[in-house]
Formats: sequence, structure tokens, C-alpha cells
Amino acid sequence: MAKRRADTRNGVGDRALHHELLRTMLLQRRFEERCAEAYAVGKIGGFCHLYIGQEATGTGAISVLRDDDYVIGTYRDHAQAIARGIAPRAIMAELFGRIDGCSGGKGGSMHLFSREHNFLGGHGIVGGNIPLATGVAFAIKYRGGDQVCLCFFGEAAVNIGSFHESLNMAGLWKLPVIYVIENNRYGMGTALERASAINDIAERARAYDMPRSVVDGQDVLAVRQAVGEAVQRARTECVPTLIEARTYRFMGHSMSDAAAGTYRSKAELDEQLKRDPIALLRSRMQDKGEITDAEVTALDAEVRAQCEDAWQFADQSPEPPLEALYEDVLVDTTSDPELAPVAAGVPPTVAPIAAA
Amino acid sequence: MSVMNILEAIRDALGTEMAADDRVILLGQDIGKFGGIFRATDGLYAQFGGERVIDMPLAEGAIIGSALGLALSGLRPVAEIQFLGFARQAFHQIVSQVARMRHRSRGRFAASMVIRAPFGGGVRTPELHSDAVECQFAQAQGLKVIAPSNPYDAKGMLLAAIRDPDPVLFCEPLHGYRSIKGDVPSSAYTVDFSKANVVRQGNDITLIGWSSAVNVALRAAEALATEGIEATVVDIRSLLPLDVGGIVAAVESTGRCVIVHEAPLTAGFGAEIAATLAREAFYSLQAPIERVTGPDAPYPLAGAEQMYLPGVDRVVAAARRTAQGQ
Repeated sequence: MAKRRADTRNGVGDRALHHELLRTMLLQRRFEERCAEAYAVGKIGGFCHLYIGQEATGTGAISVLRDDDYVIGTYRDHAQAIARGIAPRAIMAELFGRIDGCSGGKGGSMHLFSREHNFLGGHGIVGGNIPLATGVAFAIKYRGGDQVCLCFFGEAAVNIGSFHESLNMAGLWKLPVIYVIENNRYGMGTALERASAINDIAERARAYDMPRSVVDGQDVLAVRQAVGEAVQRARTECVPTLIEARTYRFMGHSMSDAAAGTYRSKAELDEQLKRDPIALLRSRMQDKGEITDAEVTALDAEVRAQCEDAWQFADQSPEPPLEALYEDVLVDTTSDPELAPVAAGVPPTVAPIAAA
Repeated sequence: MSVMNILEAIRDALGTEMAADDRVILLGQDIGKFGGIFRATDGLYAQFGGERVIDMPLAEGAIIGSALGLALSGLRPVAEIQFLGFARQAFHQIVSQVARMRHRSRGRFAASMVIRAPFGGGVRTPELHSDAVECQFAQAQGLKVIAPSNPYDAKGMLLAAIRDPDPVLFCEPLHGYRSIKGDVPSSAYTVDFSKANVVRQGNDITLIGWSSAVNVALRAAEALATEGIEATVVDIRSLLPLDVGGIVAAVESTGRCVIVHEAPLTAGFGAEIAATLAREAFYSLQAPIERVTGPDAPYPLAGAEQMYLPGVDRVVAAARRTAQGQ
């Protein structure tokens, strides 16, 4: 997967790139359809937030990265993990809370991690990940590297203090970070215009002297273009960017609420469904003769099989033992000779200080 | 070996580790050119430069959050928060992000980092600047919460904290920063803060505290000695994790115990210690465990702070009651 990403980056031609993007988005879609099914039958507990409808944003953005760049996301993280090349098996096993999950069965849906992929989560609290991305970019600059950090969050996060604290630091110090707002229009059920003083939220970058752009988040190639430019700027000039990708989620906020009927109408949803990011790319490819109907069918069958394999793998993976609850809380420093106390003779007597 | 106060010992530890390990960088408000609100980092900006002694914008949440990003990238950040009361602005990052990273990623990512902050009152600073809120962080499993009481421990515990693979909240005694002095070796020694330190031996009663309360307990012990009551004084050094074996042994040796802390009584860390001892040292106890703490009220203005703080007189009175109790 990682190798293939590198190939598409090096300009092997539009056709191969488009196939790769379509495959990734279709895999994300089918994977999350299985997530919904797994949630319904109780294989996945807790909360489960699906990215269905938003695939072009995460896929397009991550597709322009190098393997040594960093990605940090939100609780809506399954599809980004797939785009980054984490195995569907490891992701599904994590959603099932199993030992072979990418976080060892202790992170769950909202906390996918992979050191191998420089995938730093999966973060459950809105806005909580933004300062971390800023720090990662800070570390890149401190070490003189040319990697970048890609940070995702929803449009509701732009009203949180951590967003402003972080963008100020990134703008002040010119850090190699790209903040991508996945503007799906609703923070749970509250529409952007009911929560933000301005509707063109990319404009907030102005306050931090930061380049900004607004992109059609349903158009994977447009996202690639916008994020690609920002990545290039970050890599070569150490300049951060705020990108607002205008997208839409076709499902509820999580598995526990309806897709439409309360805070948004069925008619609105139906209108948005016409701009399904996968259908948009597929149509474009068909128009250009880059893919045949038979190839589409075969691709769909291939990713469905991959998702079935992921489900079976996850289902057969054991749950972590109960003792794991107490593991990875703190390291046992007493068993590490590197951390043995360094003596300095006899410690002085601690005497009372009268004046204190 | 030279005589230092606690601030000087902290500065010495920071400089020592920065010289030895270029992964160590400092972050905080006014820690660079200004030298730190209490001058804990004075001179380090000149010595190590603005790239490693970083003046941060006034944004506690993002100071800690970005420090976590640095730690995840393999650096060893030491962040200063000007007063522990201000760390509430970063409560989310400390408790929900920094402390949990190792557990939720099952060891794939961890935060080896230190957060330093002075806490407690006694120097006529008002509320928020005097709040002893260390116990509010002591439920953050995955975090270590430690508090040195003297310059030797301050240096050795801070060096151990910076090298620790897990995140450490390092609570410094605002009251005693400059007044508590002692011998500090020049070498890069460490102090094992997982072990409580018995700083005075006595057979009649055990006084337990941390940070500046240890000095209060020691002075109370001197006063009690004139009445023929000999006190053991235990500096727990670490709230989280707590050296249960250490405090149990120290209380079993006397059968009587007074716990001293500045934070309000209700749900203070003394409650945790008392409950632990009530179970683990039950058959040794000869009198109820007493707690000498701040009252259940916000920290007052300067005129009332000596009434608010657990002073020597209150500790002596409680110890006397406990020593005579059956």
C-alpha cells in the first residue's frame, strides 16, 4: 500500500492514480458499511462515527503525503487510517476491541494508532488533537526535517480555544503543518451558521497570517490539488496552511442518530447524495475511458472481499486479557536498568527550616 | 556540592540535563528572555538559545498539547506552567491526552515529558496563584504526580522525571522556593521518587506530608519533641503512584498518624492516604487518623492566609490529640 502511494506520487499517469483513489474510497465505503452492520449486531460497542460521504477529503489529502509525513485525526478516523495504508484487518480488529487491532484492542473506534504509518490517532475530543499536530510540526522544524504534519478536524472545532491557540503558534513560528477542516456542515446536529460568527471559516486563517484555501471536499482531485500545494509550501518554505474542505456526511453524526429528519431535511440529504464523491470520480473516469463497467464491478468485488476478510479476521482475534486493563498505564521503571537511580553519596538530612 | 534553594536546584537540574541530552527542550510563558516568572530558568536562554528555551504564547492548553506533540516525536519537553492553578486551562490536555496516550495506543505511543508548576500558598499571592490542586491530577491514571520538599530531592527528582518514560507533573513548593535551602551535589544524580522518604524517625506518631508541608511537619516534630512526643515524618514525594508500602510501614511503627496538606479537606489527597491506612494498617492504629488541611473554602487574600494554611500550631495540636488518643 505504502509503496503504491509512492508510485502514484511520482506521476505514473492519471489513469493509475485515479484507479488508486477510486479503490481507496470504495474500500473506505464498503468497510464502513460493514462497520454499520457490525455495530448493529453488537460486534462494535460504544460509539461509531462513519465517514461515508466524506471519503474524497481524507483520501485526497493523504494521497499527497510521503510515508515519513504525519497524520493526526479525529474520532471519525477509520477512512483516514485506510487511506494511510493501515490494514483493514487491523482497523476492524480495533473496532471490535480485539488484540490484533492497530491499538491492541484498547483504543477502539476513536483511537486508531500506528507508529509504522506515522498515524498519531484517532482523538475522541473535538479540538484535542490540534495542539498535538502543532507540536509534531514544531518537532519537525526543530530537527530540520522536511516532513509535514496533516491535521484533520471538523468545522465545529474552529470554535474551540485549542484551534486558535494552535494556529497562532503555527502562524507565529511558521510550522510545517496543514490543518484540514472537514466541513461537513454540522457539529453533531448544530449547523455551522448556528454556531460560528462567520460562515467562511477558512477566513479565520487571516488572523494568524496563514495561507488558506477553500476546496470542494467531494472532489478528490481538487482536494489533492489544494492539499498538494499546501504540503509543498510546508515542505519547502515551512509555511502552515488552513484548508476548508466543504463536504457532507451521508450518515448521522454517529450510529445512534438518524441521517435526516431532525436537524436537516431528507430533501437536503437527497440533494447532497447526488454529489457522492465516489460516483463523481467514477463518472469522470468512465467519461475519459479510464475504467470500464466490468472493472468497476471487479473492483467492488475485490474491496468487498477485503472487508469480509477484515471482519473474519477481527471476529477471530481474541479480546485482550483482563489484565491488559492494568498494562500500559505506566512503565515499570524498576525493572529497567537504564532507569536505576543514579546515586550521589549519602543524601543530606532534611532539616526543618524555621523561617520557611 | 553546594548549598542551593529549591529554585536553584531546579535550574541546576534543567541545565544539567539540557547539556547532556539535546532532546530536552523547555517550553513556557516567559521562561526565556524573562527567565521565568520565578526565575527558575534564569540564564538558560542565554546558555542554550531560544530554540531550546522557548517563550510560548499565553495558551496553557496548547503549551501542553504541543509539548505532547514534541514528546510523540521523540523529544523530551519540559513545560512550565506559571502556577498550578493555571494548569486547569490545560486540564484536558494533561488528563485526557498526555496521561492516556500510552494506554489507549497500547504502548505504541507514549508521552515522556514533564510539566513543572509551583503550587500552594504562603507568599501572600491570591487565589488561583496559591491553589494546591495537585490532587485534582491524581486521578489521571497514566500520569505521575510528584512534589519535592527540599533542594536535594528537587534536583534528583526532576532529573529522574525528565528521564522517565511516562509523563510527570512536577509540583514545586511556591512557599519554600527560596527559603528552603540545602546541600545539592553537582553530579547528575537521580532520586527514586517512587519511594516515600522518612525524613525524621520517632516512635510516638507519624506525620505524613509532601512538598512544603514536610517542612511544616518537621517543625511540628521539633515542637512535639519538647513535650516528649517523638514523631516520624514521612515525605511521600509522589502522590501518583503512592508508595503504599512505605507509608504503611511508617504508620505501623507508631500506630498513630496525622496527614498534612494545603488543599481543602474534602476529597483532598489526605482522604486517599487515610483510607489506604485504615485498611492496610488497621490493626496497628491506636487512634483515629487526623488530617490537618486547608479549610473547605477558596484560598483567601493575604490577611487570612496564615489561618488558612496548615500551620505548625495546628499540626502540633492534632498530633497531641492523636498521640494521646486511644
